[in-house]
Order: sequence, then structure tokens, then C-alpha cells
Amino acid sequence: MLLKLGEVVESSTEKFVAECDKLHCPPSFGSLVRTREGNIDIYAVVSGASTASIEAGRRPIARGRGDVNEEDIYLSNPQLEKLMRTEFTALVVGHGDSGKFSQYMPPRPARIHSFVYSCEPDEIAMFNQSLAYLSMLVDVPERSNELIAATLRNAAVAYSEPREFLVRAGKELALMIAGDTNRLHIILKKVKA
Amino acid sequence: MTEDRKLGFVISGALTKGIDVRLDGDISVEDLAVGRYVTIEGHKRRFFGMVTDVTLDASDQRIMSAPPDVSDPFIAEVINGTSTFGRVHVLPTLTIGDDAVSLVEGPQPVKTVPSHFSVVREASEKDIGSVFGSVTEGQFYIGTPLDMETKVRLDTAKLVTRSNGIFGKSGTGKTFLARLVLIGILQEGSAINLIFDMHNEYGWKGTSEDNREIKGLKQLFGSKVAIFALDAENARKRKVSPDYEVEIGYDEIEPDDIALLRETLGLTDAAIGVPYRLARYFKGRRWLEEFLTIEGKDALSELAESLGEHEATVAALHRRLSILRRMPFLVSEAKGSAIDSILGYLERGIHVVLDFGRYGDNTAAYILVANLLTRRIHAMYRERTERALAEGGAKPKPLVITIEEAHKFLSHELAGQTIFGTIAREMRKYNVTLLVVDQRPSGIDEEVMSQLGTKITCLLDNERDIESALTGMSGKGELKAVLSKLDSRQQALIFGHAVPMPVVIKTRDYGTAQSYKELGFREALGRKKDSDKDLKDLFAE
Repeated sequence: MLLKLGEVVESSTEKFVAECDKLHCPPSFGSLVRTREGNIDIYAVVSGASTASIEAGRRPIARGRGDVNEEDIYLSNPQLEKLMRTEFTALVVGHGDSGKFSQYMPPRPARIHSFVYSCEPDEIAMFNQSLAYLSMLVDVPERSNELIAATLRNAAVAYSEPREFLVRAGKELALMIAGDTNRLHIILKKVKA
Repeated sequence: MTEDRKLGFVISGALTKGIDVRLDGDISVEDLAVGRYVTIEGHKRRFFGMVTDVTLDASDQRIMSAPPDVSDPFIAEVINGTSTFGRVHVLPTLTIGDDAVSLVEGPQPVKTVPSHFSVVREASEKDIGSVFGSVTEGQFYIGTPLDMETKVRLDTAKLVTRSNGIFGKSGTGKTFLARLVLIGILQEGSAINLIFDMHNEYGWKGTSEDNREIKGLKQLFGSKVAIFALDAENARKRKVSPDYEVEIGYDEIEPDDIALLRETLGLTDAAIGVPYRLARYFKGRRWLEEFLTIEGKDALSELAESLGEHEATVAALHRRLSILRRMPFLVSEAKGSAIDSILGYLERGIHVVLDFGRYGDNTAAYILVANLLTRRIHAMYRERTERALAEGGAKPKPLVITIEEAHKFLSHELAGQTIFGTIAREMRKYNVTLLVVDQRPSGIDEEVMSQLGTKITCLLDNERDIESALTGMSGKGELKAVLSKLDSRQQALIFGHAVPMPVVIKTRDYGTAQSYKELGFREALGRKKDSDKDLKDLFAE
């Protein structure tokens, strides 16, 4: 079942930012999401999420002072859900056109206000037939190791034999970062955990 | 063995240095051994090569100082074949193109290398068959490549056109191989053998490593082989009935023969010159006998004076040469000419084994007799060949002379003087070639070594011996590793003229009833039963 996650609010060729439909409900870090530009499905990996005030520079104030229960804060301040938003960033890793996947940048970025959906396990498995997209994650400047490990962990769930998939992905990754086995080791440790 | 298993792909290489192959992740280096054959599928041609080295490698050299946690099976599985991988070094030797012309021409020596990332596979039985040719009924094969069933043919007709060598440390099966090669020559009738059988291993019977008795040439080939005994008494003790008892007259020994004994008898440079003067002084062929019959210090000093030699030199020579008097086969007047008889047999196509009996351990006797006989036989062959060339008649049948402890005849100092050095160098011109059997190839003159057509070497571990055995061989560095890693039993590396490419073989079995049968001796086996019975009757206790 297609699960709508949010709506694109910032877009570029290599990544987009989407605002979540529900506060505090971003997709998992490293999960595969899909949006659309014309006839093209754009696939991206969630590389981070944040929740903040809708007005830049206006920081929420703490409301739990005294004898207040944590759950009661939102119940007694329903306006909070409207004053804040949760956003997630997704790195574009490929695109698809009528069932054919290409693991390189789409010709155009996602349109603003395009909806972002989660991917079904079948779709994840299909997309992961080739692991060439991992090379785009290898070069991410921040938390790249975390992101790769999370992406593989998330993708493995789509397989009936997750270990087989992880070994294949690990080998692919080993060739991509052949000159740095230390890094490979760190990633593999995180994949397994 | 799975046929045509993919091993990996070419990552680098040079024609002169060989090719590096990166192994696929699922191929364990432990499954590959030096000496194994592989095929490389280039774009336009296929290459055959031999694995000459196996290496462990890593994509990141830091992995050695900070090894990953391989106790985790997942990490171990991922890393195996990617970050860490096996590499083999392949010496390409032959190539075959994929067009029709190349297929007809068959494998050719390599003149280039396969392109990058050409796929490397384990050579199949069929590939090996296409290189070494199939072995048909009656043809001789020497063994099988490592872990394979295909028979490696040794073309004895090609083999005997050059001098050849069999080398190996003692106890690695040199004699065994030499016997096989001799049988091959006999079986295919490509040449006549004259074997100087130092340790009585070839004629009637030999012993295997585990002290079993194995049949010699005479038992297998009967009337095609004649045993000449230098020590008939000893031969009979061993239940060998020689066809001829060899006696050599003193008058058949020439000063040159003495020069050859220099090292064995510890003769000085000055002493080597004396026999030539003695021959002049005694004016005839009996010089040695006359010299040895001189007794007493005075007589010797008188002789020294007339020769113009130092007295001590002559006395020392006399003392050292008196060892010859303890060799009963040396007689003042030989009953018949051993040389003529040997030549007679050889001419009739009968192979001759000269059984040394107890004298095999006497190096002086071995060198003296082998050199003396060979010189005369070679002279005869030479004369006949030259006559055949001049008059257009048939050349004499090729002759192969087998000598053991060859470094004693072919050392750097002697190779220039002895007849063996001459034969080794002038090659097939006079249809006489050598089969040298030796454990110290480094002791043999380099020029002679480089003239040997085909070399069959068992395990050698001395650096100089390996170096010497591989003299004149392309890919020498690579083959070194192969040679020093051979098993000490039933394994040998063959390379040179008679085989299309170097090959490590598991020597075929010899010594079992089945092996005799395989060599095509059903008839001989039948004969053997009769002769066994005869022998039993004859030597009944």
C-alpha cells in the first residue's frame, strides 16, 4: 500500500527536502522513498530529518516545567502541531521509468509540492538489483558511513535472505572503497548491528 | 576437477615476466598449485600457461597493520575476494588463434600477452590434449600433468635428435625417469641405446624407493637388449646372465683417457703431461702396461730422467695409476674386442647395457671405461655418417649414450677434453646424442647444459643447481619456483625441445604388473614367466 510521507518543499537535482504530513513522523533514516517528476519516478534515500518551528529564528520554548506530564504538553497545547514542522532530506539515487531503473541522476529535479511516498518491499528489492547507487552515497560529505549502513539495513528487510543481500552489497562496497578497508570495516560493523 | 572452471582475470603482465591473474572471490588460493595449467581467453586468441607463483594480496595495504575482524563470518565473507584476494602468476607459453589457419597450425609459441581482464580458466583435459597431442596405441607417454588424467606424450624421435638431461636430487627418481625414457626410446624404436649402467639399475632389474624389485630393460625387451658385464662374477651373483663379458686391454688406453681421471685420481697438472711422453717413450700402444710393470724406486727415477720429468711427478703418477691394476677387467691382452662386439650389437639394432657390477662405485673405472668405449664408438659413427654423406648411403641409426654422474665427464674443466663434451656440443651431426643423468647440474659445463635439448628435472633445491638446470630457458625465473616446489617423489618438470611447453608431470607408474602391461609387454610378461622358471631351475638350491 502506498504510504504518503510528505511533500517536496525544496528541490535540487541531487536532493530534495520534504515536509512530513505528520509532525515527528519522518521516514526512517536510510530508507528508500519515491517522488515523481512528470513520467519519471525519482528515488531517493532519506539522509536526515529535523523538526523545528515554522518560523525561522523562532525557537520553541520549553513547556514541561513543574509537575507536567510529557504527553500532556501536546494535548494541552494543540497549536504546537501547527507552529512546528518535521522535514526530511532525501538524496536522489536514481530514477525509474515504466519499471526500468536507472541508478544515476534524473534529468530534472522533483517539482516542489510533489508528494513523497514510501517504497514497497518488492520495489526496494527491484531497485536494489543493482547496487551502483551506493557509489553516490560513498561521496556524501557527512555521516556517509552511517547513511550507507542504514540504507543497507533498510534494504535488507525487503529480502527473504537478508544475509545474502548484505554479503553481495558488502562486496560491491568493498570494491567501491577498495583503498580504504578501515572504512569498509566500520560500515560492515554497522550493517551487521 | 570441474572442467573449465573460471579462476579470475588478467590484471597485469609482460611477455618477459609473465602474467598476473587476480582470482575470483570463490576461488581459494589453496586450490591452486604451481605447475598447474590454465587457459587465458584473449580477444583474438587463447593462451596456455602454467601457474608459477601464488600470492596473497589486498586492495589496501593498511589491512595488514589493521586487519579486519574476521572472526565475524559476515565480515570475513565480504572481505574475501574483494579487499583481500589471491593472485597467481602465470607463465604463458603457447597460443592458438581462433581463425581456421591457426587451428590447423596448432599451438604456437607466445609472442604477445592477452589483453587486460581476459578471463582465465583452469585448463581442461581437452586443452592439454590439444597441446601435447593424443597418445595412440604404441606411442610413449611419460606421465600426466598434475591433477589430470591426460597423458603427456614424449616424442622420443624428436627427443633423440639432441642430447638430453635428467636431473634431480638423489632419491627423487632420476633413475626411475631415465629408465622410463629409455623404455620409451626402445618402445618406439627411435634410437639405439648404449647405457653405462653405473649402479646396475637398468639391465636386468632395479630397485624402487621402497626396495621392491622392478624389471630392467632386458626382462621387458628380451632379445632386443644385451647386457655387457664388466664384472661377470658379480652379475652372476645377482642372477644376471650377461651376453658378453667385457675385457679391456691395456693397449686400448690412451694418454687422453688418463687425463680424464685427473680429478678422480688427484693428478697434478705436471702429471697429466707425463702419459703423452710415456706413450712416445715406449713407442706403442702398450705404454701403460709397460709403465705399470716398472717396479722399484731406482727404475722409476731412471725413467724420469730419460723422460726429462721430475722424479716425484713420475713416482706419484705411477702410484696413482697402480689403482688400474686392481681392476680385473683390464688385461694385458683382451680376448676379444669389447668395442667391436658392442658396435656389432648396436649395428644389429640391439640395445646395450654395460653393467658395471662392483666397479660402479669405482669412479675411476666408470670414467675410464665409459670414455674409452664412447670415444671409439663415436669415431666409428662419425666415420659412417661421413661416408654416408659422401656416398649417399643410409646414415647409421641414432645412438643415445646414457651416462650417470655426468658432472664427472662434463665438468667445466673436462668438457673441452672428453668425448662426451664433443658429443654434447656437436649434437646430432653424427647421430650420436647423450642422455646425461646427474644430481649436480651445476657441476656440468654451462655450454654443455645450454646444448641439452630436453631437460627432465625432478626436485632440485640447491640454488646453483636450479640455475644451471634452467640455463637457456625463457621464463627461467618463473620456472625456478616450480622446480624447487616439486614433490620429492614421482614429479618432474619437463621442458625443451621434445615437449611443446614446460610441463610438470606426475611420472607414470612403473614397477607394477599393470604398468608393465600398459607399456605393452603382454608378450614379454609371458616370456618372463618362462624365463623365471628357467632361472629357478638353473639356480635351484
